[in-house]
Amino acid sequence: MQNKYYSKKRVLVIVICLFFFQQTIFAQTDIDGIMMQKNFFCIGPTVDKTSWKNYWEGTFKRDNANLGTVSSTAAMIMGNYGITDKLNVLFGVPYIKTKASAGNFKGQKGIQDLSLWIKWVAKEKKMWKGNLKGIVMGGYATPLSNYYIDLMPLAIGMHSKTASIRLMADYEMGDWFATISGTYMFRNNVKLDRNTYYTTELHYTDEVKMPDANDFNFRIGYRSSTWIVEAIVDKMATLGGFDITKNNMPFVSNNMDATKLALHIKYDTDFVNGLSFVADANTTVAGRNIGQTSSFGGGIFYILDFSKKKKEETKK
Amino acid sequence: MKKIFLFISLITIAVVAVFNSCSKKLDEANAAYPALNPIKPDANAGTWKPILLAAASEFPCAAPIATTSPDYILQLNEIKSFQKNITSDDKDLVNYWGAGAVLRWNEIMRELVAKHNVPPYQNPDGTYPIPSANNPLAYPLFPFSNPPYAARAYAYLSAAQYDACIACYYYKALYNRAAPFTVDATIQTLLPKSTLPSYPSEDAVVEGASIELLKLLFPGDQEYINQKAEEHKRARLIAGANVRSDIDAGESLGRAIAAKFIARARGDRAGAAVGTQAQWTQFETDAIAKGEIPWYSQESPKRPPMLPLFGKVKTWLFDSLTMVTTIRPAAPPSTGSAQFKTETEEIYQMQKNLTREQKKIATFWSDGVGTYTPPGHWNYIAATEFAQLGFSEARWARNMALLNMSIMDAGVVCWDTKYTYFNPRPMQMDTRIKTDIGLPNFPSYISGHSTFSGAASTVLGYIIPTKAQQFIDMAREASISRMYGAIHYRSDCETGLTAGNKVGSYAISRGHTDGAE
Repeated sequence: MQNKYYSKKRVLVIVICLFFFQQTIFAQTDIDGIMMQKNFFCIGPTVDKTSWKNYWEGTFKRDNANLGTVSSTAAMIMGNYGITDKLNVLFGVPYIKTKASAGNFKGQKGIQDLSLWIKWVAKEKKMWKGNLKGIVMGGYATPLSNYYIDLMPLAIGMHSKTASIRLMADYEMGDWFATISGTYMFRNNVKLDRNTYYTTELHYTDEVKMPDANDFNFRIGYRSSTWIVEAIVDKMATLGGFDITKNNMPFVSNNMDATKLALHIKYDTDFVNGLSFVADANTTVAGRNIGQTSSFGGGIFYILDFSKKKKEETKK
Repeated sequence: MKKIFLFISLITIAVVAVFNSCSKKLDEANAAYPALNPIKPDANAGTWKPILLAAASEFPCAAPIATTSPDYILQLNEIKSFQKNITSDDKDLVNYWGAGAVLRWNEIMRELVAKHNVPPYQNPDGTYPIPSANNPLAYPLFPFSNPPYAARAYAYLSAAQYDACIACYYYKALYNRAAPFTVDATIQTLLPKSTLPSYPSEDAVVEGASIELLKLLFPGDQEYINQKAEEHKRARLIAGANVRSDIDAGESLGRAIAAKFIARARGDRAGAAVGTQAQWTQFETDAIAKGEIPWYSQESPKRPPMLPLFGKVKTWLFDSLTMVTTIRPAAPPSTGSAQFKTETEEIYQMQKNLTREQKKIATFWSDGVGTYTPPGHWNYIAATEFAQLGFSEARWARNMALLNMSIMDAGVVCWDTKYTYFNPRPMQMDTRIKTDIGLPNFPSYISGHSTFSGAASTVLGYIIPTKAQQFIDMAREASISRMYGAIHYRSDCETGLTAGNKVGSYAISRGHTDGAE
């Protein structure tokens, strides 16, 4: 049952990119070319710590002694189930806690958003000496708690329901690979706890119009049955929104852009079949209305086999 | 390939179903105000007691041309030409301004307050630049429309609008020129027909007074202000409510009256409210001499206290002696006292165990950086109520003036008290205390929100007696929201409310004698 292109060991790989003011969780499984085998369920916890001292107020880069270093710790449960070898569903649920090292603002904490993805290998063919896959994904995220969004540098999220469409191409040649993807995120309006607010004009409603966003992701590296090592470039941008004016507070519907470089490593253990460890690091190299984040994280995953074959084996 | 299309289509359909793109459109409360349609026209408002004018006729307004004159006919044709080529944008403009001149100009000021309510960024050496009215577009932008600045701005705008209305209604009664739709039945009216004489235009007199005050207070936004003024005047012509000469006369009268208010503003000591380093230090020294722990800025770098001499600004409803002797509250609990410790601990426990609902209340009333401030919030509350009550422009102006004079005076009382006692904030006393809403950079006692709200709720309860209890409840909630925000002690809030109530009662006394009851 070992599929040539979908080794069960090539499983879950995680990078959590905690955007500053936004902190949307991006799991790397959503954005890599690896599939879970049919009836296999991979699940595990990850922990990630993101922090920033400098941020971009519009295009002006500054620090803020009234915040010091803002940090955000996320603990997340992620899972990926193979409906078929070519169709997977994925989910993630994070708990987030934020803190500012200086000043008077209270850190926030809570369960953030449930994210769900359907991932489908729509096309697959041999090309030159390797294998090319075309993957189509649909995603949905929805807040799981009534968390507070009006203290933007420290809020744990944006509280916006989000629907995403992602197109991805993954090329693999021997143990080397490259993946490119583009994502469009439809973001629903959000509600504040107050009935007026100012963007570039005064609004008399508690509802805030959220700009949609897009994301481009390119990753390249080594992928064997034991190790995955990859370098990643990710560029996310809102399509609209406004700049934080000088020394003003950030706001949910700001224009937020971030370009990140990341490194991801995964090791599939030899001693326990189905057990793997991941480690990630990323840094923001350019941005607008976001923090210049550095992030480190890791996780442990285990694959549960619900396939008939496994049951038969167990009977024997 | 078919499967791919199918999959993508399904996702797209699902996305569109869940995220209907139309649902992104915002439904804003200020777009839904009904057209101004006074139940009582207040034709006698020319006899009401003005605030600064010596008499309703202090500034002249020339007699209008006859409605039979060729020039008047020309002006009727101007309206007709507007109406013949009317666009949907024109109709939107008519509806927007049709809600009322006082309402819309008040709203425009709220917008400018919110835009400018941002504290300046520090200099490289850790000091802070001070905005300059003479150079409003250079950083730091002028003004920093913090709560005291805003309270004063709303008060001047409303007071000038009120006096302008009195003069306008006086001349209306004097000249009694019919409205264009009365003179010529073929003129359409896109708004409810006013029974008042139309010369000079009450809309234009409010517009004229408003733009002059707005330009004084927000000198960097003159282009925006002028654009609004042009739209307003145009809307009145398109609506068939006024001819050009009604508008021109009203605007000139309004601007002339505004000059009197501007002269008062230039001499009301607000210009010196920022203070000097010597004065800032003096507050600290005085508090220490009294054996108290003085307030210190919790910002980094330390920011000078906000407008520390605003307590010296000239009030509207009482004189400074009355303020100091009968309104200024007694000293807060000493920073060394057991009560002070208990009150600090109360705030610590409160913020530690804050519920989501309490956090919502703290946020709802916060009105901090980037908002129209607490005075703006009460203006919005008032406007929303007044819009349902069928007030005339004159009554709108009178009620807004009573409200905003009381709010500004409450601000002066509050600032006088803050800098008399120079009391530290809870966070200065207990560093475990953190806020969800932001800490204002000035002394604690008494709470500004409480004082503003105490005054505003008292005045609104006088204007709308059937809702008096609701306004009291709102003021209490605004007041306690500052404890939920962990930035005020209970004494600050309770004493602030009482002081505000007192200020409000002065506005009510004025209301009893201004001839509008």
